Amino acid sequence: MKAHKVGLEKPALQLGVDHDLCPGCGEPLALRMLLEAIEEVGCAQRAICVVGIGCYTALTPLMDVDRIQALHGRAPSVATGAKRMRPDALLFTLQGDGDMVSEGLQEVIHAAARGESITCVLLNNGVFGETGGHMTATTVLGQRTKNSLEGRDAAYHGHPILIGDLLAQLDGTAYAARASVHDAAGVARARRMLRRAFESQLRGDGFSFVEILTMCPTGWFIGTQQGPEYLDRVLGSVHVTGELKRDGRYVSTAALRSRAARAASRSAGRGA
Amino acid sequence: MSGAARESRGTVTIATGRCKGCELCIPACPPRVLHMSVGRNALGVRYPELLPGCTGCGACLLVCPDFCFEVYRYPADAAAEAAP
Amino acid sequence: MTRRLMEGSEAIAEAALAAGCRFFAGYPMTPFTELLEHFARRLPETGGVCINAESELEAIGMAWGALASGARAATGSTGQGLALMQESLSEITRAELPLVVFHMARGQADYYQATRGGGHGDYRHLVYAPVDVAEAVALTQLAFDRADRWRNPVAIYGDYLLAHVAESVAVERLDFGPLPAKDWAADGTLGGSGRSRNVNSLGMRNGVKGIEPESFWKRLQAKHDEMARLEARSDAEATDGAELLVVAFGTLARFARFAVRELRRSGARVGLFRPITLWPFPADALRAAAASARRVAVLEMNAGQMIDDVRLALLGAAPVVPIGGISSDAAGFGIGPLLDAERVRGRIEDALAGREVAG
Repeated sequence: MKAHKVGLEKPALQLGVDHDLCPGCGEPLALRMLLEAIEEVGCAQRAICVVGIGCYTALTPLMDVDRIQALHGRAPSVATGAKRMRPDALLFTLQGDGDMVSEGLQEVIHAAARGESITCVLLNNGVFGETGGHMTATTVLGQRTKNSLEGRDAAYHGHPILIGDLLAQLDGTAYAARASVHDAAGVARARRMLRRAFESQLRGDGFSFVEILTMCPTGWFIGTQQGPEYLDRVLGSVHVTGELKRDGRYVSTAALRSRAARAASRSAGRGA
Repeated sequence: MSGAARESRGTVTIATGRCKGCELCIPACPPRVLHMSVGRNALGVRYPELLPGCTGCGACLLVCPDFCFEVYRYPADAAAEAAP
Repeated sequence: MTRRLMEGSEAIAEAALAAGCRFFAGYPMTPFTELLEHFARRLPETGGVCINAESELEAIGMAWGALASGARAATGSTGQGLALMQESLSEITRAELPLVVFHMARGQADYYQATRGGGHGDYRHLVYAPVDVAEAVALTQLAFDRADRWRNPVAIYGDYLLAHVAESVAVERLDFGPLPAKDWAADGTLGGSGRSRNVNSLGMRNGVKGIEPESFWKRLQAKHDEMARLEARSDAEATDGAELLVVAFGTLARFARFAVRELRRSGARVGLFRPITLWPFPADALRAAAASARRVAVLEMNAGQMIDDVRLALLGAAPVVPIGGISSDAAGFGIGPLLDAERVRGRIEDALAGREVAG
């Protein structure tokens, strides 16, 4: 009796499955969603990806779309130049949190303020993974990294930056959203958000931004099996998932957190 | 859960040789029909094996960082025991 | 285009447009600012794009993206702004992108920066130093051609004087012959084909894990060696039998040329050698020009930078003396007292007489 395939090993736009990223890494999950979203909006033959520098850079030889490799933090300006010369292309960046929010904070904010018709995609695991697990501008308070071994301390290290909120408040930003790949539903949600961001770009609405929280058990000093729970509890409580900007309306991370808390207490109240 | 053999509405193929043993698929599977093997693959890690009761939902495929899964569904009016 | 009076900044912008430049990005900084203003006004008129970037780093980044997608693009600044762009300049060279850089310097003290580069790793740029606005117009167009031909950045070393002097020029489009198509460019069209492009500086290839930087960098070195063999340019006059050879570059060389001609009219056996490419430094031509010289006098407005290349080229064939020095105006823009025909003539006369030159 014939079974029909409902899940392909890899997306059509992926050139292979062999990579050396760590066991339990969330970035390949985001890669799959990205490549599927490009196909969903029918833009395989007009997509240009500008890549930052981080662990995910090693995944780019697997991406069958035209790519431009940029420097750490500097993908948004490169994407700007490419989009201005190729306005019909689907232009997006692929950057980590160290890349976009530490080194490249200025670049992404200016691109959004200018309302550049590009989609900046942030893979946020709260660490500089490629250098071995160091604190970035998105590392949350209490998170242990190689240069915050006792846990990030506000008095000494300052507070994390919620880049999604900064971008969503700019008039040039048409769509901003945050997803998390700690479970299958979150992974699927990431693809929906990417699709909406791409559609926004294709409509000419302006700048779009999708943040995808990913697991980095190596950088978090935990076992791979603990990755999803750590992501949801430690990062997800600060970088709360949801849509921050849509149809001109900004919903802050704080509001998303309250919403999530109310939903949780309602379902707890209904009893399990 | 009944004690009888569970019906499988779907199945998966697993590239066990490429598995890095991260175990993300185990809790991601809604009917909990993946469990880690006793034996180890050439990379030296345990890998997932499929029990009866797969629904073909594809959650394992979505959460695997190493693209080890392919997911199949059986036609709705037939049921079968899981086959690898 | 008819001949008309144009300041250097405007003429250079017009030359870039004549060469098909479609993208420019820059950050205002003296004496580069007017170049940005001219591009901002004229590029939209020709269907191109000019962005007033929020930083020098973003300016070169935007040019990078435009180049990588297949367009002719340029950026620029003055020395301080170029200093900010160094990592990108190195990586753009290693990604083999045809960037044209307008280095509008505050004088001649950026020679090291332009020729050695302040970025990391082994990389070289072709560097042209025009003597006047007319030559800048020709060299700007040559720059776009050579950048595409070699897939390598090319810099124009200008300065405040060049930017602001107005000369009567006609910007005629120069034709340098056919160039190969830019099928290496990431224009978006090859997604899903298996042959999609990855414009990168590491030698990354589709479907291949890891990189092989050593072989990649050696290939770049071979390209730069070939550029060095083929692209040196210089100008020389009255070098046959000259006892003293004056070496000068850029706008200061115009003063040296004037002084040398005056001195020759009064019987002095003095010649002038003017490198047009600062890299590759025209060492062979300099050796030939200095064949009869008993002394070589290097006139440059800095603490002594080009003099290193002169000494390397001559390897002791003749004594080399500096007759220039640091010279600037009250704002530090490089319009120093040495930009004066009388003063330059005096320095050359000192060298002719074997007198110690006041620095």
